[in-house]
Amino acid sequence: MKPASGPDSLLVIVPAFNEEGAIAAVVRSVHEVLPQVPVLVIDDCSLDNTVSIARSAGAEILPLPHHLGLGGCVQAGYKLAYELGFEYVIRVDGDGQHDARDIPRVLERLRESGCEMVIGCRVATEDGWRTHWVRSLGSWFFRLVLRPILGKNVSDPTSGFVGVNRRALALFRSSFPLEYPEIEALVVLQRRRFRFEEVPCKMRERMAGRSTLNGMKPIYYIVHVLLGVLVNVLRYERRFHQAPKGE
Amino acid sequence: MDRLLNVTTGVSIVLLLMVLISIRRAHIRVEYSVTWLLAAMAMLILSRARPLLDAVRTTLKLPDTPLALFLFAGTVFLVVFFRFSIIISHLRDDNVALAQRLAILEHRLHGLESHEG
Repeated sequence: MKPASGPDSLLVIVPAFNEEGAIAAVVRSVHEVLPQVPVLVIDDCSLDNTVSIARSAGAEILPLPHHLGLGGCVQAGYKLAYELGFEYVIRVDGDGQHDARDIPRVLERLRESGCEMVIGCRVATEDGWRTHWVRSLGSWFFRLVLRPILGKNVSDPTSGFVGVNRRALALFRSSFPLEYPEIEALVVLQRRRFRFEEVPCKMRERMAGRSTLNGMKPIYYIVHVLLGVLVNVLRYERRFHQAPKGE
Repeated sequence: MDRLLNVTTGVSIVLLLMVLISIRRAHIRVEYSVTWLLAAMAMLILSRARPLLDAVRTTLKLPDTPLALFLFAGTVFLVVFFRFSIIISHLRDDNVALAQRLAILEHRLHGLESHEG
């Protein structure tokens, strides 16, 4: 992948694990909307043909040597983007749930507001997509927990459709949650007094595969994320006074 | 009571031997064996020094002596597990960072090679 060119350089990253059914459509949809923007698929050691299909669709590939989980996968993309000098990075999921036509709006908000993170928050759409009630319940619970910590409401804290600027990249390359990053990343940002905003975005049903949060995992997810939030809140002093390496 | 102390002595000696053999065969690194060696030695001494065990029981105001021994053993194992959790967490962080660095360097190397080719 070539280093970033220009002050407004954008990289779209797609963390992927066994997404052969959807990854080609995701990459092509981004290229249709933003033909000049590179798409980096970070492959978390998929067991299927995700890498070859994504490469054929025109994506750059960052293959991880072993499975790191979503957070480690996304952080690898942030690290590479930072080293290559990109100013903005937008993450979309590899299952095709995010509409690439929303990327320009997220980018525009990042540029105009100057805030460090923009979340593409999921809204119910007229064409039928609605979030599952269990996810809605979890989202409601975390909104309640995050409200006093963040000092403002966040309508969709578990969204994986996220844009960040270079200041956030500098932070996340040294400090980023490894397993379920979305909610904890908000707390990491807040501890640095960084700002985030939200942009309503359309969501679709996943094109292929199934969610990793099945069976008993939602309970583990809630406990893990709550603990992660608590730890990040307690780390306040050290994080606030210690600049990320290389900043 | 004596039988219990004898069993504890036996277990301590077995643990001590296992750790020493593991060190000799390089199955366990010396720095990670110290905690186990200290724990086995302490259990061995306590199980063979009845007055010392009684002193521990009196200090902790425990109802009987075997309880003091098992409380000590339980505490030691909790500390050891906690220490190993810390070590595993550090190793996991290092492992993730190394995997990411390897992936990024490989990616950039391929980029350079294809650029030159």
